[in-house]
Amino acid sequence: MKLKGWKNVNPGAVCTEAGSALQFKTGSWRAYRPRWIEENCIQCLFCWAYCPDMAVNVKDGKMTGFNYDYCKGCGICALECPGKKGNKAIVMEEEGK
Amino acid sequence: MATPLTLKELSKKEILLTSGHRMCSGCGAPIIVKMVLLASDYPIVAANATGCLEVSTCISDYTAWKIPWIHNAFENAAATLSGVETMYRFLKKQGKIDKDIKFIAFGGDGGTYDIGFQSLSGAMERGHDMLYVCYDNGAYMNTGIQRSSATPYGADTTTCPVGSGIQGKPQPRKNLTKIMAAHDIPYTAQASPSHWMDLVKKVKKALEIKGPKFMNILAPCNRGWRSRTDDAIQLSRLAVETCYWPLYEIENGVTKVTFKPKEKKPLADFLKPQGRFKHLFAPGNENMLKNFQEMVDKEWGYLLKASGTE
Ligand code: SF4
Ligand code: SF4
Repeated sequence: MKLKGWKNVNPGAVCTEAGSALQFKTGSWRAYRPRWIEENCIQCLFCWAYCPDMAVNVKDGKMTGFNYDYCKGCGICALECPGKKGNKAIVMEEEGK
Repeated sequence: MATPLTLKELSKKEILLTSGHRMCSGCGAPIIVKMVLLASDYPIVAANATGCLEVSTCISDYTAWKIPWIHNAFENAAATLSGVETMYRFLKKQGKIDKDIKFIAFGGDGGTYDIGFQSLSGAMERGHDMLYVCYDNGAYMNTGIQRSSATPYGADTTTCPVGSGIQGKPQPRKNLTKIMAAHDIPYTAQASPSHWMDLVKKVKKALEIKGPKFMNILAPCNRGWRSRTDDAIQLSRLAVETCYWPLYEIENGVTKVTFKPKEKKPLADFLKPQGRFKHLFAPGNENMLKNFQEMVDKEWGYLLKASGTE
């Protein structure tokens, strides 16, 4: 992502492209990485509902994994995940290990 | 309503706040905004008071919003949106717009309880057709955790620091939800992101009501609350279960508690995981903890009485 110089910013700081923040990949902030364990997933979608960064991928009403370009590794999804029979479907692991 | 209110159905909608915003990891505010936007079946036009949400979702000319969104200043989100809503009504009357559009203002507690309070009160009194959503994280978190009138009793902030003089904020927080209800507007409610269905239902209801509406939503902030990055939902749930943050609504003067915990937990359950309340558990401060519990009990008792569910 390239920041515009002040001469190129629109007058009144008007943004003309909706959702342009997508160009800013916040995944580099992450110290811990969520890992999805599909066999423990009951598809409750709490992870999707509670993720502050819209980094849980859902397709046709089903959780399909994470968007690591943006996931900041907060761990909310892992904490809220009920999993199956006490086995979490999301675990947090140290990044880079 | 044709579609049932389930996460599965909601997840088929596009979230109109994108990834790539610069709110802190584990912040409660974007969870709230996402739920509010998902609740609407109408096109939304939003205004934002200065605050964490505003600065972090629109840096330079990169915006995380996929709806028309306007930021003006700290004190005037409600006034700014009043103008937009008035223009809309005028254009509609002239036949230049035929869409049904809803207007939502977002403000933090600083921009709502304190700095933007006058313009909020004015917009409500003038009867603009808008919903004002306060995401209340209980301090000026964006500028470095200074106390606001929403900061809870006893909380440690950088402008009411724990020391030899005081043990955190000496004053109780302002009850803004009640103050807004006293404007006799058609709808006032309190919600929490932990109880997503309650929150979404309240937004849906508010958007169907004509006139001014106000919702106060608890927004955990792990930086200011001195807690973990993963506990925003857990803490907001504890806030509800301890009745620190009761879920209720006041519709045309009728108060209704929308969630009554099966077993009311002790306030300490909500306070203990938060570093901003650490000193309340130190020897010598037993009285403060007792006072705080009494404040919560009193307010909960009042609410139960008002809603006739004692
Ligand atoms: S760790 Fe946090 S940011 Fe990453 S997917 Fe889970 S809830 Fe979202
Ligand atoms: S919260 Fe856990 S069980 Fe529920 S959908 Fe997400 S991964 Fe699956």
